[in-house]
Amino acid sequence: MTGKNKLNRRGFVHLAALGTGSICLLPGCIRSISQWRFFTDSEAQLMDALADQIIPPDEWPGGRESGVTNFIDKQLDTYYRIHQLAYREGLAAFEKTVIQMKGKKFEELPFAEQTAMLEKMEAGEFSGDYWKDHSPANFFDMVRQHSLQGFYGSPVHGGNRGYISYHMLGLDYPNVIGQNRYNDLSWRKYNPKSPENGK
Amino acid sequence: MANKHVNAVVIGAGAGGGVVAKELAIGGLTVVLFERGRWHTFDEHGDDELTSQRTFPLKCGYGPDNERNWRMAPDGKNGWIKVFPNEWSYGNNAACVGSGTVSYGAMAWRFQPEDFHLKTKYGAVPGSTLDDWPLSYDELEPYYEKAEYELGVAGDPTNDPYVPPRKNPYPMPAFSYNREGIILEKAAKRLGFHPFPIPMLRNSVPYNGRPACIRMRTCVGFACPVGAKAGTQNTVIPVALKTGNCELRINCMVSEIIVDDRGKAKGIKYFDVNNKLQEQTSDLVVVSASASETARLLLNSKSKLFPNGAGNNNGWVGKNIQDHAYTGAYGLFEDEVYDDVGPGACIAINDFNHRFPDIIGGGVLCNEFIRMPYMFCSIRPSGSKMWGKGHKEFQKHNFKRHIGIHGPVQEMPVFDKKVDVDPVVRDFWGIPVARISGFRHDNDIKVGHFLADKAEEWLKEAGAIYTWQGVPGKQSTPSQHQSGTCRMGNDPKTSVTNRYGQLHEIDNIFIADGSLHVNNGGYNPALTILALGYWVGGHITDNWKGTKMK
Repeated sequence: MTGKNKLNRRGFVHLAALGTGSICLLPGCIRSISQWRFFTDSEAQLMDALADQIIPPDEWPGGRESGVTNFIDKQLDTYYRIHQLAYREGLAAFEKTVIQMKGKKFEELPFAEQTAMLEKMEAGEFSGDYWKDHSPANFFDMVRQHSLQGFYGSPVHGGNRGYISYHMLGLDYPNVIGQNRYNDLSWRKYNPKSPENGK
Repeated sequence: MANKHVNAVVIGAGAGGGVVAKELAIGGLTVVLFERGRWHTFDEHGDDELTSQRTFPLKCGYGPDNERNWRMAPDGKNGWIKVFPNEWSYGNNAACVGSGTVSYGAMAWRFQPEDFHLKTKYGAVPGSTLDDWPLSYDELEPYYEKAEYELGVAGDPTNDPYVPPRKNPYPMPAFSYNREGIILEKAAKRLGFHPFPIPMLRNSVPYNGRPACIRMRTCVGFACPVGAKAGTQNTVIPVALKTGNCELRINCMVSEIIVDDRGKAKGIKYFDVNNKLQEQTSDLVVVSASASETARLLLNSKSKLFPNGAGNNNGWVGKNIQDHAYTGAYGLFEDEVYDDVGPGACIAINDFNHRFPDIIGGGVLCNEFIRMPYMFCSIRPSGSKMWGKGHKEFQKHNFKRHIGIHGPVQEMPVFDKKVDVDPVVRDFWGIPVARISGFRHDNDIKVGHFLADKAEEWLKEAGAIYTWQGVPGKQSTPSQHQSGTCRMGNDPKTSVTNRYGQLHEIDNIFIADGSLHVNNGGYNPALTILALGYWVGGHITDNWKGTKMK
């Protein structure tokens, strides 16, 4: 699912209002059509690309498709209000740094080049005004940890769409009480090398 | 309208306070049990890892809340920074009815007899305030048993040659091993270790009107959906309330013990649910608010005779805070070792406690509770890729193929590892906040290496194809196992309370929580705190004469 298909409550209200013919012509009104609680659309695009770097798609969805950006956006409006400034300034500084170094936006770089940029950020190898006072490594680690939380945490917080990471790890969900027991140890006999059978 | 005078105020409805409230109420005293948190249920929290009490990036589901309860922590540059309950440097314990016993892993360890006289056994340890307890294991044994029977413990010590002596068996049979346990048992025996099932404050069969465990993967860090895990909130506190002698006052933050000019406690001041300052007078006060918050409350209770806080004229309140220096190893296996049978931790060895002359103390080694998906992201050998393809491949391949073995190293008490109160910073209610500082003793790191080697050896024997150790460092903020800040002792110069938890200096204030521990054993401390609750509560009721101790 792309970011455009996502519709949170506020976005829905605005679209519904437009659809029923309400007059909404003020610039501020148009701007607030952004489907995000905190992010601007362009920040969200960058976040999607970052999320796919932290948890890349393979046979399983990556960070973007699983809803990491939505998770972080939701937390920045609730538990992570304290990190709002770090994201606003950090993402802007990161975008600027990438354009200075590569002449392109981060999202437009090939995947491997994106990875290389993030490895530089993780290693603290960014220069520029903003990074004089803000550690690039700390900013990266914050985004990394929040992305992992979005991918592996409960979907109630806006990420891990459909418990996708649980399915990836082979964890049954929902965990129906009394129905998920594996006391049957017959697996042993099919695998004589299994550690339980000793050396 | 003023609150009605009662015999006893108990502050903190956790392990210690829940038991004391029940003992006093049964003994006929009128009691108000204060709790700054509230009741919690499984349904409120579900199995949401990000707000559990084990991993809590968003919040500590079982309290305290970030909005009102901050502290100060060392910033590493000789200054202090403000920290919140869901940061590791805060040193959080839960804050709700039942407190840590709602969401704990529920291991039900008795300390070893040696743990009660470590100084006699090992001699003085330079740099440590190590001392003997003023009571022996044998004296506490009946109280351990009372805790095991009233709350309910499942266990079987038959195969543990180092089990602390016990007069009676556990009230419930032990839990069966999960797949990790089966693998580890065989390996331990091959190595000459003595594996046995971890005793648990959790029903293996229906007990005391509560059902048997349903083996959830989300156990430690979460409430139990069926109430099979025993906490004070589903055992002794309901009994206390049923007597009619005990009122539980939740959402109330106690700010000060009122001590009069003659050096007697008169009751307490607290902020009620509407944040209005109130008083509750009483004949005696029992503080069981956890090692950090109990010390904070005493230090914040200044009076004419005790300008440095209640019972603190010798300066020992808040000192010697201990925790456990968790150490151990992880191993990766070729085949799946995960079978989704919770809570995960099930097998232990007692082989490395007090049996090696050059190792002071030691600790039990157990397999770990189930590591949930987000927590597992940080379980890596050093140098691992923590994001990207490397991260995801590791998650996918190893989530069901790893085992962790860990143990709580008994920390040496250090006088300057301490809780004090910030001279300036106040919490939401205006109460001076706690700050925890200081460093571990070198012995903790030494024992940490010793135990981690054993854990790694065990994993290798079990067939791990790759292993790595996690050994503690000097830096730590005592949290869920915090203890030692109001130690008991016979010498009033070097302890805060006598052997019954009664302040040396103010005879109608008692302590009943981990603060009393002279040292913290090589075990999870919950059962010892519960036993001390019975010990202190029993002493009070045995000696109660109307409105005071006889």
